[in-house]
Amino acid sequence: MSNKPDFVSIGDVSKHFGSVRAVDGVSLDIAQGEFFALLGPSGCGKTTLLRILGGFEAPNSGNVHIDGADMTLQPPNRRPVNMVFQNYAIFPHLNVRENIGYGLRKEGLSKQQIAERVDEALATVKLEGLGGRGATEVSGGQRQRVALARALVKHPKVLLLDEPLSALDKNLREQMRVELRALQQQVGITFIFVTHDQEEALSMADRIAVMFDGKVRQVDTPEHLYETPRSKDVAAFIGSMNFIDATVEGADGDALIVDAGPVGRIRAGLPADGAPAAGTTVIVGIRPEKLILADSPPGEGANSIRARLTAASYLGERSHYFLQVDGLAEPLSIARQNTQAQLLHEADAGSELWLTWSPASGIVLPAAG
Amino acid sequence: MNLLANLRRPDGLLGYSILYLIFLYVPVLFLPLFSFNDSIYITFPLSGFTTQWYEKMIESEVLLNALGNSVKVAACVSVISTILGTLAARAFTRYRFAGRKPMLGLLVLPLVVPGIILGIALLIMMNWAGIELSLVTIGAAHVLIATPFATFVMISRLEGFDANLEEASRDLGESGWTTFWRVTFPLAYPGIVASLLLTFTESFDEFILAFFLAGNEATLPLYIWSQLRFPKTLPVVLALGACILLASFIVITFAEWVRRRGVKPVESDS
Ligand SMILES: Nc1ncnc2c1ncn2[C@@H]1O[C@H](COP(=O)(O)OP(=O)(O)O)[C@@H](O)[C@H]1O
Ligand SMILES: [Mg+2]
Repeated sequence: MSNKPDFVSIGDVSKHFGSVRAVDGVSLDIAQGEFFALLGPSGCGKTTLLRILGGFEAPNSGNVHIDGADMTLQPPNRRPVNMVFQNYAIFPHLNVRENIGYGLRKEGLSKQQIAERVDEALATVKLEGLGGRGATEVSGGQRQRVALARALVKHPKVLLLDEPLSALDKNLREQMRVELRALQQQVGITFIFVTHDQEEALSMADRIAVMFDGKVRQVDTPEHLYETPRSKDVAAFIGSMNFIDATVEGADGDALIVDAGPVGRIRAGLPADGAPAAGTTVIVGIRPEKLILADSPPGEGANSIRARLTAASYLGERSHYFLQVDGLAEPLSIARQNTQAQLLHEADAGSELWLTWSPASGIVLPAAG
Repeated sequence: MNLLANLRRPDGLLGYSILYLIFLYVPVLFLPLFSFNDSIYITFPLSGFTTQWYEKMIESEVLLNALGNSVKVAACVSVISTILGTLAARAFTRYRFAGRKPMLGLLVLPLVVPGIILGIALLIMMNWAGIELSLVTIGAAHVLIATPFATFVMISRLEGFDANLEEASRDLGESGWTTFWRVTFPLAYPGIVASLLLTFTESFDEFILAFFLAGNEATLPLYIWSQLRFPKTLPVVLALGACILLASFIVITFAEWVRRRGVKPVESDS
């Protein structure tokens, strides 16, 4: 596959509803064959952006190109794009086969060819044998498959999915993550899907665009997004994170030395775009699972601080602990896999422990945002 | 139907339902009963079986003329009010516009204003505007009261299906026009049929507005009313009433059946 990096190209697109800037100057390039997620809290403009790609909303400004062709003003029926709607929008007056074949009538195929394409689509989504069922006689999960098949049967260049798993119950949702990902690999079509569930985006997507208030804040692979978020907002939205205010002192090899007030002088990871100037105020973010509890101070190189246990919660495969460092406004949160039996309990509250972490676990973020 | 469901339920409601049905339907059943009675007097005991009143009915040219007028007016009214109602229902269900709620409230007004007030008001207005009274003025008044019915029938129909269905059709390659024929119309048509039939009967048996707004052509209810002064023709009116009763029953049952039969909306899990 010749993977065109700008197969879907969104150029400075804005969409306003009255005074609401639903989409605010978004530019994105999505590669051919990519599984791309639009992730953000409810109301951040994900659906609106997806609807602009599908042709259901005209942007106030900016443009949309798909495979090189300008699609900005094309109506939905003239775009090589299909959509799986959030509520699936299955035609209730048609049966499963008729739903799936709905979009093939305009393709100039014979009855025979249409039947073959529908059969193929039914097999792709594992609904063989249900073709004759009425649209109202299938379960929610099956309806989702019908919606998928109905779109895929058109062989679109891009498939748009709006919160495709949100209407399913938890078990089915987790199973469908794997299945949807496998399906995308199998058909090789570019998928753009919208979700507010960060776990869903991390587990399925090749790349994720994180949106807040109509703006794209970061576009990255799941791993980069989690390990090197570029702002406090993104870091807080993807997983959870401890934030410590600090002032830059200088760089030392591949670490940045910062003065973190009550936590003292610590070493943090050097940002990819180089060390900020000495004196810059920054925020150091540390993931809860990267803080390690210890009984004694660690060796050279690692950061460490003495802290007091304030709360412990047991979650089965892991536990969450909260430790207060004197002078910090909020306790630090620590997550630990319960691999050894040595658990801390609520009863241990007040006991003093050492917290240590490697310099690379400290992510340096700009102080604003 | 609820009544039927209750009938099958062995509790206090059963007796009540039966009494209710007797109260509702027995007086109506006197109509067909006396229409076959061989006497001009509407009293018991019955004096024998005859179909002469039905024969007289068919022979009466004035009656058939009035019937024709009523059918003409009702047909026009049902088509016009159903079109208006469908368009209004589409606006109410698909768009959010300023004044949507108050307008929905105003729509009920013709249904709650007493017919006699509406009749007088329309008569004054027609006089003022210099419009000659005729079947057309009756039809116009009937459109006024039938449109709210049509609108409510169509709103309940269109609310049952999701606007995304039309978008899905566009997404799958259909134009706006073919989407209307492949999605909107099939889903709305049971409502359209029900609306046509309901507004037809609404106009067909309307009396007060027709009374105020009639020119020199009478509709069937006006004709019947005029015949009540002549005892000799009363049984003919009963025969006519029985026929109308039967026809209305068939039409309304059919309308309800179509309306209920239609497509159940897909309930969403979210
Ligand atoms: N048709 C519309 N009319 C008015 N406001 C809208 C419309 N669609 C979306 N919005 C507003 O735009 C913002 C973004 O909405 P949406 O794209 O649906 O967000 P998301 O899918 O991320 O939850 C919200 O504030 C929403 O209320
Ligand atoms: Mg949404």
